Amino acid sequence: MTTLTRNPRSREQNPKRTLLNRKLPGTRSDVRIALFFIAPAMIGFVLFYLVPTIRGIYLSFTEYNILGDPEWIGLENYQAIAKDPLFWNSLAVTGQYVILNIALQTSLALGLALLMHQVAKSTIIRGALLLPYLMSNVIAALLWFWMLDYQIGVVNQFIEWAGLPRAAFFGSEEWAIPTQALINTWRHMGYTALLIFAGLQSIPGHVYEVAKLDGASAWQTFSKITIPLLRPVLVLVLVVTVIGSFQVFDTVAVTTGGGPVNATRVIQYYIYQRAFTESDFGYGAAIAVILFLILALVAFIQMKFLKGNESDLD
Amino acid sequence: MTTTASRAPLAKPASRRRPSKRRPFNPRRAGAWALLILAIAVSVLPFLWVLRTALSTNNALATNAGSLLPAEFTFGAFKRVFGLQTPAEAVAEGGSGAAIDFWIYLRNSVVFSSITTAGAVFFSAMAAYAFARLRWKGRNAVFSLFLGTMLVPPIFTALPNFLLIKNLDLLNTMLGMVLPYLFMTPFAIFFLRQFFLNMSREVEEAAMLDGAKHLRIFFQIVLPNAAAPIATLALLTFIGQWNEYFWPLLVGSQDDVRVLQVGLGVFKSQSPQGAPDWSGLMAATLVSALPVLVLFAAFGKKIVNSIGFSGIK
Repeated sequence: MTTLTRNPRSREQNPKRTLLNRKLPGTRSDVRIALFFIAPAMIGFVLFYLVPTIRGIYLSFTEYNILGDPEWIGLENYQAIAKDPLFWNSLAVTGQYVILNIALQTSLALGLALLMHQVAKSTIIRGALLLPYLMSNVIAALLWFWMLDYQIGVVNQFIEWAGLPRAAFFGSEEWAIPTQALINTWRHMGYTALLIFAGLQSIPGHVYEVAKLDGASAWQTFSKITIPLLRPVLVLVLVVTVIGSFQVFDTVAVTTGGGPVNATRVIQYYIYQRAFTESDFGYGAAIAVILFLILALVAFIQMKFLKGNESDLD
Repeated sequence: MTTTASRAPLAKPASRRRPSKRRPFNPRRAGAWALLILAIAVSVLPFLWVLRTALSTNNALATNAGSLLPAEFTFGAFKRVFGLQTPAEAVAEGGSGAAIDFWIYLRNSVVFSSITTAGAVFFSAMAAYAFARLRWKGRNAVFSLFLGTMLVPPIFTALPNFLLIKNLDLLNTMLGMVLPYLFMTPFAIFFLRQFFLNMSREVEEAAMLDGAKHLRIFFQIVLPNAAAPIATLALLTFIGQWNEYFWPLLVGSQDDVRVLQVGLGVFKSQSPQGAPDWSGLMAATLVSALPVLVLFAAFGKKIVNSIGFSGIK
């Protein structure tokens, strides 16, 4: 799950302070037993993470349609991608989706977290808000595909009662991506709110007491204390949101399949189509490398410039 | 939700001598409650709508689009999803008549999620023990490498992994589907290592002085002491695996290994254009969601509390 990127500091943590690491009587080096303990995970790591990463990069320099052998063609895939309007379209569409998600999800989640912090901290409320996140993307997509149906979807019923024209949420080019972003926001809003809520909980109360004594207004407290102290969590949320949104696939695959026209042909869906529908593995791998680089860059920028791994509390 | 509402209402103290414990009416608090309740409604009500649709006769949905109750109540959609209706019955209620059997998908999902969860959690626990408790050269470097895999987008490794599974001739087998998840997940290793590091070592040290080997310490001391976080991790892993779509879509496209999430997508695309079998689709959606809903009802607190887990201390 996405909580996995939570700890950029873990690497610096030094487990050497432990007692067990001291020479105990009769203890020899642990190398052999360590090998035993780590062997299964190591097999998984090498076979399904390390080798595929290298192989993926290699494939991106080849032409490979699965039947024959990969044929080295140097940078040709990348040159073709640079001139591929569908690729640029997928990048633009995905970018739009990412930005909508950041704006909607982060602001709504921040608001919700503040509400929870103010009035209700009960587990039941948090649980209710978390429910959509526990559902799969496919379920979220189908649920909204039904509720947003043009003909008999309940949302369009409400829209009509309100005297507005029905909206073709999935069928029109201008609505297709915002709709996908809304589904994703619905699914992640509560989860993101809980992450921020946990951050709020960790701000010590005395900071607020001092601010109160100094006569700070509510807005001043929020902008000068809450937000800065929340920054590591907010950066984390931002990284998780952006990286996750860039890899949108499930909801698109189940509902619009890239359409109408190319309106929801997001990057991962395009990779899927090139590699698996058109058996152009080299080309798909090359786009995947580009996606990888974009994500690495995004994570780097967010960590570097927003200083997500430093707290102002120290 | 009823308890949430009871704190909000106007609470003027009844008399001055007997000050009420309830806070005086505060419009900002009431507003905050209203927004919170709205958010909860948006999160939860869609599921009730799904249930309402699943209990409706598909052909009656169009004419009762705005009704809150099921349109022409029936369990037909659920029967249809489990292949218990004849094609004629199904078509009469607005189904496509195509054969669907979610029992198989349900079975496959249970097998897929259980095996991957058991394997990943157990092997990750072993690795986490090696990272947290054993001394060996390159330990931190290897750990960083493992963590680094969390940065690699799944689509990137999915392509070569697909080729590997294909070369091993394991496409459309359960083994091919579970293999990439079976040995570890970086998150599981990270999560458990963090917990092991914070566990008291006294018992382990005493056992070690008594000559116990690491294997015994791991099985008889560390695992039992870490039962709670391991259960949480297993829960989270299981739900994640249950919801997995992309990899099973690539590798398990045949009926005998197809999981629920993929089956849902197929069911949706089978629905006749123009008049989809919404009731059937929503019934199938509920069936796919049910195990997670049950787990959530049983272990909700564990799941909710795990969200704040930061790993930092």
